[in-house]
Amino acid sequence: MTNAFPDQPSTGLVRGSLNRSATSPRTVFSRVMTILAFVCGILALLPLLAVLSYVILQGFSSLSLSLFTELPPPPLVPGGGFANAIVGTLIMVGLGAVISIPVGVLAAIYLTEFSSGSLSRGIRFATNVLSGVPSIIAGVFAYGIVVATTHTYSAVAGGASLSILMLPIIVRTTDESLQLVSQDLRQASVGLGATNFQTVSQVVLPAAIPAIVTGTTLAIARASGETAPLLFTALFSQNWTNTLFAPTASLAVLVYNFATSPFKNQQSLAWAASLILVLLVLLTSVIARWATSRKAY
Amino acid sequence: MSTQAQNSLPIVRPLTPTEKSLDRGFILLTQIFALSVAGILLWIAIQVAIQAAPAILKFGARFLFTSAWNPVNNDYGVLPQVYGTLVSALIGLLIAIPIGVGTAILLSENLLPKSVQMVLVFLVELLAAIPSVVYGVWGIFVLIPLITPVGQWLNTYLGWLPIFSTPPTGPGLFPAGVILAIMTLPIITAISRDALISVSPSLRQAAFGLGATRWETIFQVLIPSAFSGIVSAVMLALGRAMGETMAVTMLIGNSNHISISVFAPSNTIASLLASQFSEASGLQVSALMYSALVLFVLTLIVNVLAELIVLRVKRL
Repeated sequence: MTNAFPDQPSTGLVRGSLNRSATSPRTVFSRVMTILAFVCGILALLPLLAVLSYVILQGFSSLSLSLFTELPPPPLVPGGGFANAIVGTLIMVGLGAVISIPVGVLAAIYLTEFSSGSLSRGIRFATNVLSGVPSIIAGVFAYGIVVATTHTYSAVAGGASLSILMLPIIVRTTDESLQLVSQDLRQASVGLGATNFQTVSQVVLPAAIPAIVTGTTLAIARASGETAPLLFTALFSQNWTNTLFAPTASLAVLVYNFATSPFKNQQSLAWAASLILVLLVLLTSVIARWATSRKAY
Repeated sequence: MSTQAQNSLPIVRPLTPTEKSLDRGFILLTQIFALSVAGILLWIAIQVAIQAAPAILKFGARFLFTSAWNPVNNDYGVLPQVYGTLVSALIGLLIAIPIGVGTAILLSENLLPKSVQMVLVFLVELLAAIPSVVYGVWGIFVLIPLITPVGQWLNTYLGWLPIFSTPPTGPGLFPAGVILAIMTLPIITAISRDALISVSPSLRQAAFGLGATRWETIFQVLIPSAFSGIVSAVMLALGRAMGETMAVTMLIGNSNHISISVFAPSNTIASLLASQFSEASGLQVSALMYSALVLFVLTLIVNVLAELIVLRVKRL
């Protein structure tokens, strides 16, 4: 190999070569670290595969149509289902959505359209801090506000606690999606003489609706899996929900109660309910990913 | 211009006072809702403090430093739970930070084709979406049987270390720490990856131009410049780990004693609340509210610090 630097004394060592020596400490370190990085990646994905596969395997064997039509069984009695828990989850998540979606979307509209400077920074700061509040504190809060004043555990209290958990997610995703709408649209609308309300409701919001719907769906999926706040607000019930002001069953609390029970028939129901929760979350995440990957505007 | 076109032109007129006030009312409505989002945070703090008031008045700061939890004598102290909260979060972070940052590096460098990278990023996000109870159920039936032999090995051969001094009996601080590691991993990975990606490409290219290998660049250029992002990721993960309730309740053993060994059962504030609240009454409820206030203040501090770090980085 010709010496690349003829004006320097040539020695036995390959100096100034552009080839990386395979045995130098730097290269070995690099190779080892790359392998470690791959190991970290595998370790990160292993729990996901383990949890998903176990839930699917265990839950599938307990799946049957009666799950969606019958009430939870007492211990040692085979069969039964969790129809009331599904209805309860739907009711409470629905209540939470009814409270948090209007408030969240309107708050995000204010943040993007009508505020600026330190006020918007402060509100965004508070929203991010609110999203870090533990779910059990939201349950304690809803207990104090609703349960202590109405003197009963209720679906309304459960819905209120879930709305607190959903609110920051909806505000943040709506905020981001409204910011993505091009300023030209707003200026064109104002140029045509539209009021603020008309601009927002007829131009900006429709353009951002796909992303808003995605964010809302993700918030709903997260809320349906929450257990801790419901322990303080809706408790649990073995019967159908007849009124909004009584303890209400929910899928998440059912999983918690039955998984820790010593009876096999209840444990198998817990697995089936876990499967439904995980499928719900998987489905909404995939749809959300797919929906945001095809940008509308 | 034909008369046809002239007849179809819209009539242009200024806004009526009603229309103007309606419009201003709309802006006011959105402002009220936006301020209420910030107000809810304040309201939560006040509400929890009000409910904790009887216990605060009775126990004061002593609550944080005593270990008794006795509903019979109405004597309450939350030190073991604070210890359990902090130690389980610490174990979780110790495991999750190296793996999380390593995965973030893997997913931000060009070690994998782009399509595979995107799929892996999505899968890591999926880890965060699985409900906490499902992790708890999986932990009881899969993780604890897996970890107990590991714990027994550690106890047999390294039992002279105080942290391994008791044999594992199922639930304990260690399984709870591992499940917290799994649950905080996606937060650390996602935010660290965002921080690493947003490092300016010119820094990386300058390092390569000076002859650095890929990993020398990562350790000496990229990680230092993405450091604030990684720190804020760790703080958010810490906040999440401290507040995590269901999975920890099912794996930690619910024992109100401080033990140096990580295999001994323990308790966290969140799991104390979850397991005792439904049957509590009187002063016990207020004591539970006091511990909720402690947890709220702890997570508030951590989350505010994380946000301040992020804001400081953005302003740079």
